[in-house]
Amino acid sequence: MLRNRRSDLVVAYLLTAPFILIYAWLFVWPVIQMVMLTFTDAPLIGAGKSVGLANYTRMFKDPIFFKAIWNTSYFVLLTVIPGTAVALGIALMVSRLGGWLQSAVLAAFFLPYILPVTVVYVIWDWLTNVQFGMLQSVLEWVTGRPVNLWRAIPWFMPSVAVITIWWTNGFSILLFLAGLRNIPKDLYEAAALDGATRWQMFSRITWPLIWPITVLCLTIQLILQLKIFDQVYLFATGGRTQATMVLVQYIYEQAFQKNSSGYAATIALALFVIVVVFSVLQFQLLRIRGQK
Amino acid sequence: MSGDPTTRDTSQSTALSHLTRSPAGILLTLLTLICAALWFFPIYWALITSLRSDQATVQEFGLLPTEPTLSGYIFSIVNSELPIWYLNSTITSVSVTVLVVFMSACTGFAISQLRFPGRMLLWWTILASFMVPITALIVNHFIIIAGVGLLNTHIGMILPMLLSPVTVIVYKQFFDGLPKEFREAAVMDGATELQVFLRVFLPMNWGVTTALAIITFIGAWNSFLWPFLVAQDEKMMTVTVGVSAVQDAYGVAYGRVLAGAVLASLPVALAYLFFQRRVTQAITLSAGIKG
Repeated sequence: MLRNRRSDLVVAYLLTAPFILIYAWLFVWPVIQMVMLTFTDAPLIGAGKSVGLANYTRMFKDPIFFKAIWNTSYFVLLTVIPGTAVALGIALMVSRLGGWLQSAVLAAFFLPYILPVTVVYVIWDWLTNVQFGMLQSVLEWVTGRPVNLWRAIPWFMPSVAVITIWWTNGFSILLFLAGLRNIPKDLYEAAALDGATRWQMFSRITWPLIWPITVLCLTIQLILQLKIFDQVYLFATGGRTQATMVLVQYIYEQAFQKNSSGYAATIALALFVIVVVFSVLQFQLLRIRGQK
Repeated sequence: MSGDPTTRDTSQSTALSHLTRSPAGILLTLLTLICAALWFFPIYWALITSLRSDQATVQEFGLLPTEPTLSGYIFSIVNSELPIWYLNSTITSVSVTVLVVFMSACTGFAISQLRFPGRMLLWWTILASFMVPITALIVNHFIIIAGVGLLNTHIGMILPMLLSPVTVIVYKQFFDGLPKEFREAAVMDGATELQVFLRVFLPMNWGVTTALAIITFIGAWNSFLWPFLVAQDEKMMTVTVGVSAVQDAYGVAYGRVLAGAVLASLPVALAYLFFQRRVTQAITLSAGIKG
């Protein structure tokens, strides 16, 4: 019995060892190292000397840091709620269909989600090209002249937001579809027999029952979009990047272009704290709901 | 539950049919199809443009190419590093997929079925890492990988991509849901824990394993920031990074750029189209809801 128990322990550690090693080396250690770096003026490669809280005081006086916070929040505002609403609309449309038609329509809506970000970038860069882009005719019809979306600051974030919704919405659509499928059909049947209208069915049955999924989509999107980098970086290349700076991009710029990983780590820690706060809030929200 | 499912189905279709067959229903279906077509249009337009010559891309605006040509594809295969990028992407994505799925299955099984000191600490670390943005660690990953001299190598590219708490969580929850009798019966028959894991638990969830493998592969193939930082010369780039590099080099030769983009997305697009159901399963599982 005792021998058996000891061999169980050996198996347990054998099975978890590779994972624990990777986690200790590339998760736990980097987190500790990041916090330590914030108190130094270290360059990207090599040690720096201790500077106390200088990085923090610098950060709270840095206009570009606040610009990045503002741009990130603006982007979150433009994508999270509108994107989730669009996803719900699409899921409602798709769920009405059946058979091969549903699969085909769902594939059309979902396919962008599996594309690499650089592919999304070149597709839309072509569509919005100032001289030859297909979408310029639409823009010209609205504004009266072609617009270079990626060089006109007021257009930049909304355009990236629209493309991001197009790109990442497939995830929320699938979650909503799964949620819609879990609503018992009998409810609609009973409502139909009682002569309920389509709107009544949506507001009294679908909306309350789909609400938990809506909250889930909103929080997943929120945490995802706070980490925005790829699209903004790609579309801003060659432009005035400071005006459209987002948080992860500022970390990247400080570490890899300004060679100042001490300050980069301080901004990274700020992002870290922001995301953790939202994650914990989400966790609490789900727990409170679970207790009810 | 009362009544057999078939009779319930018919009653439902009669009660609801006025909603789908009515003029309003047909109109809604039509609207759905138009929206789907518009949503898909950017991808369609990219495919069409990739089949046009450089000359035609800036002159033709029809929905079909008048003289379809593969010159863009041939150009990007012959004149760019695309074949090497493909190889790099394949090596890293396949390694990441195999390692992530294997390590997650092992860890998920151990946490779910075995009792060992440090088990709860491990579980809480995994939950914690699920909540923090791994992106915030890029600078430190770069410092660590540079410190061991693995920049610009496949191993260096793979290592930080192995952090995948969601896969462990999904496996743990899946193993939690299996009846305890399976394990007890196997142990009674004299099987060791390792045998229980390999012969009983793993084979029971090939579905979950395939689903997680496909979504991990797609994620690894598509990841941008880390491969972009690690690959310091052109020969180490992945296709995903390479596509934006040719974009800068070719300028307005969109036919070629988009041909490269189509080739870059081919593996993930095929993975999705062939395993549509598994991708859906993986996404709903990772979000913690039952599909």
